[in-house]
Amino acid sequence: MGVMTYAEAARLSLEQEMDRDPRVWALGEDLGPEGGVAGQYRGLQQKFGPERILDTPISESMIMGSAVGAAICGTRPVVELRYADFGFCAADEIVNQAAKIRYMLGGQVRAPLVIRQSVGMRNGMAAQHSQNNEALWVHVPGLVVIAPGTPADTHGLLKAAIRCDDPVVFLEHKELWATSAEVDPQAGPLPIGVARLVRPGADATLVTWSSTLGRALEAADALAQSGISLEVVDLRTLWPWDRDTVFASVRKTGRLVVAHESVRVGGFGAELVAEVAQTMFPALKAAPVRVASPRAPVPYAKPLEDMCRVSADMIAAAVREMLPADPSGPLAGT
Amino acid sequence: MTDKALPTTARVLEMHRMMCTIREFDEQAGQALDSGLARGSVHQYVGEEAIATGVCANLAATDYIASYHRGHGHSIAKGVDPVGMAKELLGRTGGVCGGKGGSMHIADFSRGMLGANGVVPDGVSLAVGAAQAVKLLRQDRIVAAFFGDGALNRGPLFEALNWARVYQLPLLFICEDNLYSATQRTGAVTAGPGGVARAQSFDIVTETVDGNDVLAVDAAAARLTARIRDGGGPAYLYATTYRWYGHLAFDKGLYRDPAEVKSWRERDCIARIEAWLIGRGVDKAALAATREAVKRAIDAAYEAARAAPFPDKHHAFTDVQDIGGPAWA
Repeated sequence: MGVMTYAEAARLSLEQEMDRDPRVWALGEDLGPEGGVAGQYRGLQQKFGPERILDTPISESMIMGSAVGAAICGTRPVVELRYADFGFCAADEIVNQAAKIRYMLGGQVRAPLVIRQSVGMRNGMAAQHSQNNEALWVHVPGLVVIAPGTPADTHGLLKAAIRCDDPVVFLEHKELWATSAEVDPQAGPLPIGVARLVRPGADATLVTWSSTLGRALEAADALAQSGISLEVVDLRTLWPWDRDTVFASVRKTGRLVVAHESVRVGGFGAELVAEVAQTMFPALKAAPVRVASPRAPVPYAKPLEDMCRVSADMIAAAVREMLPADPSGPLAGT
Repeated sequence: MTDKALPTTARVLEMHRMMCTIREFDEQAGQALDSGLARGSVHQYVGEEAIATGVCANLAATDYIASYHRGHGHSIAKGVDPVGMAKELLGRTGGVCGGKGGSMHIADFSRGMLGANGVVPDGVSLAVGAAQAVKLLRQDRIVAAFFGDGALNRGPLFEALNWARVYQLPLLFICEDNLYSATQRTGAVTAGPGGVARAQSFDIVTETVDGNDVLAVDAAAARLTARIRDGGGPAYLYATTYRWYGHLAFDKGLYRDPAEVKSWRERDCIARIEAWLIGRGVDKAALAATREAVKRAIDAAYEAARAAPFPDKHHAFTDVQDIGGPAWA
């Protein structure tokens, strides 16, 4: 074991996969000397050469389009789109080509590729460099969507994404790049579609992913001070999501809160809440709740940007509100 | 035909048979749509057959091609079985894509045909990637990307030209300029000198050719593919031509001047090569026999397609994805 950052864990994971499989290569802007926007490719071009770590022009359509073409012709490309916001510049190639080519062509070919996009708000990047576009990708048949929230999960899930024969959208949060935690450098791939029960609890289930995980754990600590026990589930994979873990948790607690940084309207939380309500309505003791961003572009000024953030306080308040108010104790009468 | 070495009669007869096959397939594709057997979009290649034929005559079985919505001719010229194509067109079992793609997604990887495409110019983008894979894997093959003049004003085409030249990819671009982007005259919406200048501005070697002259296409493609195989990087063939019918099979093309249509029909690529062959001493009856044999084969292909069953309903939900496919949801 060793402590490493989210960026270092991602870099190690790609290096190990490129060592393991000569068909794996990466392409995108500023990967070589620069080593990627967060150092997540540092040293890899020196080790693997300029063909396998390909520095490209600012040319998102072709970065993505050529990756699809190379994926259907025997290689396993790892696409770096730098910011998720630029994923829209390659949306045609992702949605119309990568996601559908296997199906349209009657299964005669697959497109094994990874589409890395760094998501989310970080330090005043404003409206075109702060978006979380996760729900859009989940909506597209053919895509797998992964959003790791810890260095260890990034390490294991990037391996799984590279070995997956389906196109995988891999969403890395900008705010997490510099965070550190324990990672087993020898660990293999983690299973796609399996959530992690991060903190067991009894009174409510909080489902979250990516950087909101940290705020969820802060909220759980704060609630514990009041004697409220919050179960925290890190979904890790958004499609396909781990219904077994979520349903088992909600069946136990009877309450569901979903927290995510992306816009609440049409967000992925809506899908989770709807599925839970439709599947296990009688088990619910309270209406499920979403804690997410308002439907506004992300502003620049700090006090304005903060208005679009999901905070630990907001999560804790949402949990408190769904519990019965009783002066004799938070859970009396439930 | 300006080249010193003339092709053998056998080679030209083979190209003649190919052009006749493509024409017959697409004449019947239009009939299949009219009669309701085919659905959706069917874009006929009638009138443009010399380009696919002349280019693919210079490709090996292992080479790749990528195409676009008007893709039947490229598929047949690359060796895709017209029976599997007819079944695909009619959405039947045994279609090259199992009936799940239709006319705009015909592909056959066993023949190096990476697919027609429903988005302009995404077939070119995929061809760039295929060429990148060829280079990475150190394979001995080249890639040919067909597109129409409608692609000349799409950004990804410029990205593709830049990319192919920067990385010196083994890729032949073929612009089939039939003068129309769907129903719009391309010249009316294109700034600058257009077709061939687009590639020249990226420092890519180009040739311009009469796309209704299969011998000229064959000779130009021979020069350009040889250059690409020698490691010369990408090249660009600009071929002028005309589609006899509308953009889609149900489009009667009434926005075109009848005199324009007539003048281009007089430049029919098949009639021209037949005249050339007769000049070479080939018997008229032999050419008629080829057309008859082709018609019988294509009749049989569509007959087999009509007789084939529709795909089992469960195939609506197969081959979406391994993890999280429709069975999961």
